[in-house]
Amino acid sequence: MIKIHDINKTFGDNHVLRGISTEFRDGVCNLIIGGSGSGKTTLLKCMVGLHEPEIGSVIYDGRDFTRMKFEERIDIRKEIGMLFQGSALFDSMTVEENIMFPLNMFTEQHRKEKLERVNFCLERVNLEGKNKLLPAELSGGMKKRVGIARSIAMNPKYLFVDEPNSGLDPKTAIVIDELIQEITEEYNTTTIVVTHDMNSVMGIGEKIIFLHQGEKWWEGSNKEIAHTDNKELNDFVFASKFMEAAKAKL
Amino acid sequence: MIFHSLGKYILLLKAVFRRPEKWNIYRREIFKEMDSIGVGSLGIIAIISVFLGAVTTVQTAFQLVSDLIPKSVIGSIVRDSSILELSPTISAIVLAGKVGSSVASQIGTMRVTEQIDALEIMGINSPGYLILPKIIGAVTTIPLLVIISIGLSIAGGYLAGTASGATTSQDFITGLTTDFIPFTFTVSMVKAVIFAFIITSVSAYQGFYTDGGALEVGQSSTRAVVISCIMILFADYVIAQVLL
Repeated sequence: MIKIHDINKTFGDNHVLRGISTEFRDGVCNLIIGGSGSGKTTLLKCMVGLHEPEIGSVIYDGRDFTRMKFEERIDIRKEIGMLFQGSALFDSMTVEENIMFPLNMFTEQHRKEKLERVNFCLERVNLEGKNKLLPAELSGGMKKRVGIARSIAMNPKYLFVDEPNSGLDPKTAIVIDELIQEITEEYNTTTIVVTHDMNSVMGIGEKIIFLHQGEKWWEGSNKEIAHTDNKELNDFVFASKFMEAAKAKL
Repeated sequence: MIFHSLGKYILLLKAVFRRPEKWNIYRREIFKEMDSIGVGSLGIIAIISVFLGAVTTVQTAFQLVSDLIPKSVIGSIVRDSSILELSPTISAIVLAGKVGSSVASQIGTMRVTEQIDALEIMGINSPGYLILPKIIGAVTTIPLLVIISIGLSIAGGYLAGTASGATTSQDFITGLTTDFIPFTFTVSMVKAVIFAFIITSVSAYQGFYTDGGALEVGQSSTRAVVISCIMILFADYVIAQVLL
């Protein structure tokens, strides 16, 4: 479980996050949603230590990450897997080398064992046999899946996913969503997904946090979201005519 | 502003020299960088060195109008100019353009495509993993390139001098072997090591703190070359003042 308490972050005069507190449970997909510029990605980056919040704390199973020094954070970081918006695969490495990279850095396994793990991860994301391809040779959806394979290579306890569906067609987006949900349930990870894709919200959003102008505006599940009277949330979720029609049927 | 940047540069260097996670992975990266920086720059260094020596010979001969000065002086001047200034400094400026821009754009691209963030998330000391192999690769291979450059520059001077009739082979070799001060070679090597450090660390700093997209990567790359060149010339003066 990850708890965040009173997270505040500013960039110059821009107060991006204002006192955000919540809890993210194990074994479910926790979604952070909100419009562009609402602070979703900044919150995610504060949680993993890519940004330092001015005020507030991030607690991983009782361990206060924000108060730790660089060396102390390494132990927690080894338990984190993250899929970036642009996949962030290392350009100069093949698919196999990308997935093997954290294993090379942090384990003493033999090459055969590491290769087995790589193949298992690739199989898990339905990319068997793509070991020797370079990131430049992959489609957007394949890059995301390799990104997921790399993020699960070390058996993470915490999985962070930033905009998993951006730039993907609806069908591939659903495949990626399902994959994230399956992995979450399979490994009982604390999964946090930043998205503004409504299919993801309705499909995998077991817990949803809605950010508006840097504040936590609403919190609930995908079942509750259809019946909320929160104006800003309704404006955001049911902005399209299709979603409005879907809401009417619910 | 300048103190802020200097502070950030020093903090980055502190992170670069933090204990590596796994030496065998760093070692592989160091050999890769040695190949890329050293072997990859051999061609351009060879070409410019031959011409540097040739031009020095021709221009020195042009200025030697007095019959009282022996032609063998040309050999001495080409030797000392190559060792002390032309090979280390001009090579470093050329390498700032070739290696520096490549380092800054490579690291800058990794920054804007979140590859550096991915390293950080994995718990890897990204400055150490990305920059240390480049610094070690450069400080070990650039002095070797400078030694090759000195040899080729003198050879170029010899060829140009004898081919144009500016000096005879005998005169050039006499000048080359007369009054040689071995300490000049030490100064040359000190310059090479310091310039190599400047090129890689300044360029890596520019790349590492790139913020934005493709445009900013290009700007970082340009800044890396400009600042490296200025720093090289400043360090050149300081080394000359202190050691000579």
